[in-house]
Amino acid sequence: MFTYLLRRLVYVIPVALGVSLICFLLVHIAPGDPLVAVMPIDATAEQEAEMRAVYGFDKPLPVQFGIWLGNAVQGDLGRSIATGRAVAPEVTRAVGNTLLLAAAASVIGFPLGIFFGFMAGYLRDTVWDRIITATAIAGVSTPNYWLGMVLVIIFSITLPWLPSMGAGPGGSSDWTWDWLHMRHLVLPAITLAVVPMGIVMRTTRALVSDILDQDFVQALYAKGMTNSGVLRHVARNAAPTALSVIGLQLGYLLGGSILIETVFNWPGSGYLLSVAILQRDLPMLQGTILVLAMFFVTLNLLVDIAQSMIDPRISRA
Amino acid sequence: MTYTATSTSTALEVPAAPTVGYWAGVWRRLRRDPVSLICAAILLALIFCAIFAPWLGFADPYTGSMIARLKPIGTPGHILGTDELGRDMLARLIYGGRLTLFLGITPVVAAFVIGTSLGLIAGYVGGWVNSMIMRVTDIFFAFPSVLLAIAISGALGAGVVNSLVSLTIVFIPPITRVAESVTASVRKLDYVDAARASGAGNFTIVRVQVLGNVLGPIFVYATSLTSVCMIISAGLSFLGLGVKPPEPEWGLMLNTLRTAIYINPWVAALPGMMIFITSLCLNLLSDGLRSAMNVRQ
Repeated sequence: MFTYLLRRLVYVIPVALGVSLICFLLVHIAPGDPLVAVMPIDATAEQEAEMRAVYGFDKPLPVQFGIWLGNAVQGDLGRSIATGRAVAPEVTRAVGNTLLLAAAASVIGFPLGIFFGFMAGYLRDTVWDRIITATAIAGVSTPNYWLGMVLVIIFSITLPWLPSMGAGPGGSSDWTWDWLHMRHLVLPAITLAVVPMGIVMRTTRALVSDILDQDFVQALYAKGMTNSGVLRHVARNAAPTALSVIGLQLGYLLGGSILIETVFNWPGSGYLLSVAILQRDLPMLQGTILVLAMFFVTLNLLVDIAQSMIDPRISRA
Repeated sequence: MTYTATSTSTALEVPAAPTVGYWAGVWRRLRRDPVSLICAAILLALIFCAIFAPWLGFADPYTGSMIARLKPIGTPGHILGTDELGRDMLARLIYGGRLTLFLGITPVVAAFVIGTSLGLIAGYVGGWVNSMIMRVTDIFFAFPSVLLAIAISGALGAGVVNSLVSLTIVFIPPITRVAESVTASVRKLDYVDAARASGAGNFTIVRVQVLGNVLGPIFVYATSLTSVCMIISAGLSFLGLGVKPPEPEWGLMLNTLRTAIYINPWVAALPGMMIFITSLCLNLLSDGLRSAMNVRQ
């Protein structure tokens, strides 16, 4: 167990380095000079050189990467080209809002997905199974940015029940746990939850129906175990795989929320990203992507560890 | 048990039944699956309309009248209404299928070719070559796919070609991973050893023994990625990163019609409906194909 943990931890290092390298290169695969977008047209060559030196673009690439990585480790993600403000605090605030949205979506999507997936697997080939399977595949096929629009049309425009924009009354971005703020969370969270719910449903259904086919289930029934007792065994066997799918889907929530946040003007990392893209603010883009990707890497690590705790076979392999 | 019983009885009745090939069997099973057939028909119709749109007598998708802006569904002359610039929605939805389907399918095809090659090499050669390819793959797996697509497209800028490039990069790692694991398991099988013992070179073994046995599962997996690819590529256009106006494309149309949801909500939702229907058909067809090909994942 301990060696497995250690191996898994060591293995994160090259992945994290690779992720940083890709984020670093994002600025440099961009066509043209990263500063072109923000320099005034009549800037002199000296002014351009000065800007380049300030942002460190005048040094060779490997040196730039080293400096950038060193700064990033210390929590300095550079300065926004568009506004000149430091990237890190803005990203931190935005990622907080994204996590809030992702957490709300997980609370809605995962329990429903697991429950109905389990039901469909257990009631295989019945009408219930068909209904649940059809719902799941519809959920997986939904472009969530469109679903967001449809929900706004139904619940904000046709029926004026819920707000469609922002994270609080009057566009406030200071979150508090009262109904005035929480009602802003309802539509984006439901929208974001639909696709992961469908995926979790499908996976759980397949898992449960596979496990029910195994010999040990027959054996449990044969020795006279009750239905609920057998189901407990099935759940325990399905847990590790279900957990890893949920972990992956948590990461999906971080990525999927980018589009949802744009639809609902939610002040999170996706909104920050779309503004950065519009302004071609590459350091902001780079910083946001780096933080989200590192979050995903950490999440995967935690899922692997949790998985090996539930299923001892994994750490022995 | 019932299966063996019926097969022996039919074998007795029809002793000279020709042996059915693998693909013929897949086709026979697929033909008996009404859901897959309906989905395939819808998709073929969409593709047909997209390809032959200029000759099917639709209105011009680029010109509209500012007087006839945002007409509702059912307006005479504009069955599905008009968009924010008064252009015919039906025509734009049909023409929009061209870029949307193209951007949904092409990256998966490109990633299928590249990813399968990489996976074959990694799985067949093994050793440090495998480690190198698979570790790089792992790094790309550290990004959620939507995030990676937005990151690369965001850096490269808007445009159809940039969209194609970023989506292809997004789908190479998952296909490589599947191809590698299938190849590695096939390589250990006895018939590969037998071929090697009979003096076949590596290239011949890969071409004759390995390729035929790994392409099926990889192909099924790739088809399941098509709907994801289409949703992400339309999402890129929705963010302003993919196709540029005035080109009709479902994601972009959804974006430009966003402000119209207060005036004419259901017309604004139409392009998304098209994405949803297409991706639903793609997913159902991919599921049907998977069970017809007996691929388990």
